[in-house]
Amino acid sequence: MTELRELYQEVILEHNKAPRNYRRPDETNCSAEGYNPLCGDHFTIFLDVEGDTIRDIGFLGSGCAISKASASMMTQSVKGKTRVEAAHLFEQFHSLVTGRAKTNGDHSDIGKLTVFSGVSAFPARVKCATLAWHTLQTALEGKQEVVSTE
Amino acid sequence: MTTLLQKPQETHEFDVDRVRHDFPILSRPINGKKLVYLDNAATSQKPEAVIGAITRYYEQQNANIHRGVHYLSAQATDAHEAARQAVQQFLNAADVQEIIFLRGATEAINLVAHTYGRTHVGEGDEVLITAMEHHSNIVPWQILCEEKRAHLKVAPINDHGEVRLEDFANLLGPRTKIVAVTHVSNALGTVNPIRHMIELAHAVNVPVLVDGAQAVPHLSVDVRALDCDFYAFSGHKVYGPTGIGVLYGKAALLEAMPPYQTGGEMISSVTFEKTTYNKLPFKFEAGTPDIAGAIGLHAALEYLNDLGMNNVAAHEHDLLDYATEAVAAIPGVRLIGTALERAGVLSFVLEGVHPHDIGTILDQDGIAVRTGHHCAQPVMDRFGIPATARASFALYNTRDDVDTLVQGIRKVKEVFA
Repeated sequence: MTELRELYQEVILEHNKAPRNYRRPDETNCSAEGYNPLCGDHFTIFLDVEGDTIRDIGFLGSGCAISKASASMMTQSVKGKTRVEAAHLFEQFHSLVTGRAKTNGDHSDIGKLTVFSGVSAFPARVKCATLAWHTLQTALEGKQEVVSTE
Repeated sequence: MTTLLQKPQETHEFDVDRVRHDFPILSRPINGKKLVYLDNAATSQKPEAVIGAITRYYEQQNANIHRGVHYLSAQATDAHEAARQAVQQFLNAADVQEIIFLRGATEAINLVAHTYGRTHVGEGDEVLITAMEHHSNIVPWQILCEEKRAHLKVAPINDHGEVRLEDFANLLGPRTKIVAVTHVSNALGTVNPIRHMIELAHAVNVPVLVDGAQAVPHLSVDVRALDCDFYAFSGHKVYGPTGIGVLYGKAALLEAMPPYQTGGEMISSVTFEKTTYNKLPFKFEAGTPDIAGAIGLHAALEYLNDLGMNNVAAHEHDLLDYATEAVAAIPGVRLIGTALERAGVLSFVLEGVHPHDIGTILDQDGIAVRTGHHCAQPVMDRFGIPATARASFALYNTRDDVDTLVQGIRKVKEVFA
């Protein structure tokens, strides 16, 4: 049960139940769709980007607890950040969930997102945790294709 | 005709505890727990008889078939053709030349779409399938229809996951050139009344291909009693190895069809001016076949015959009833696929929990289930869900396995409480 509790931490379960920014913002100027057809995770990320800054972000869709909580917490952590800061966060998050983060690594930037560290013990779930982030990246790049992490 | 296989002795008792010892992998712990393998609709585990037959072939008989004059080649050829006869008898086909060895059910359906389909389906014609087909019995027909400007018609299913027979009958029209239907649904477990569906199609002179991938492991199949025109199945779902599968086709249809792949083995003579094709079944078996696979499949079918297919079916039927009742009784569970006739498959969703999370939590207890769309996305759409968790059963599963599954689902609910 320990590994499971590491994966399904309270914070993750809570975000799964009550996702934040689960809406389409009134003003959006870019969006992207992320879809993992094999597991059925399907989200759209909406952004309002002004200049270099993510002024507002929201998402809609459905998926497993890991993918949904990850999308929810991502929206909280990148709101108000610049593109470069968001990209940097994704990099750190990716290292965290794939278990490549240095043991003494500095996670200060990703803060609350460290609750996803348990994902690294479940390689099959990395694609769930990173779907929203890849979708965000695509939206910021203004690409049209549907993102998949499968 | 000589009988290579003993007709099944169906009177002896089926002892699942004894049978479990035949499958080496079942003694392997997973995540420190006893393996509860409930992903049999994806692939079944292999008995020692199959593993041993393949090993013996490679250690003692390995040679290419149908062309060597030497001893080993003759032995390998005999073993390969004995496997074909075993399949013929297993399906009760009229003639051994009606059994084509291929990679699996997918390749078998593709073969029929490419050959029979291409020569019989033209612009404005129709191909009729059902709403519960696996992608492998949708996509080949879809591509054929696109290429020929024909129409793919889909017979709908009801809320239980049963084909609406009246609609099916109404969709059989003067332009219908072939029906392709699954015998048992991989996502819902529904056993289709294919004998009746074949009668309906034949009444308007339409041939029927049956996708038997999920049926052959669970039911006795008699292609002559069904009167189907084509029947496809995969070896690995019926305790045989991966890489081998079978297309049964009525000889007259197969004779008239153009070849599928071309090359060695499928020819009788080649000059730069003209090639004459080999006779059935070799016309459809270009290149060196999966000899070890055929031998492994033979061993699997013999194993099933020894146990008695009716005994296997009875055991699994009892198990599925037990599992259905136990899982349905868990608050928050909704079964997907509640047809009157089901085999092998229990698909479900759990309120507030995505199937993928169910799969991960069950896996921690050594319980292997499949989660996702099961290569049947239209079925998921029909029930308005992105995915299900699917427990699928085999002859070596027990009521203990079901109890462990039920405990596992309760744990999922605890984690997500």
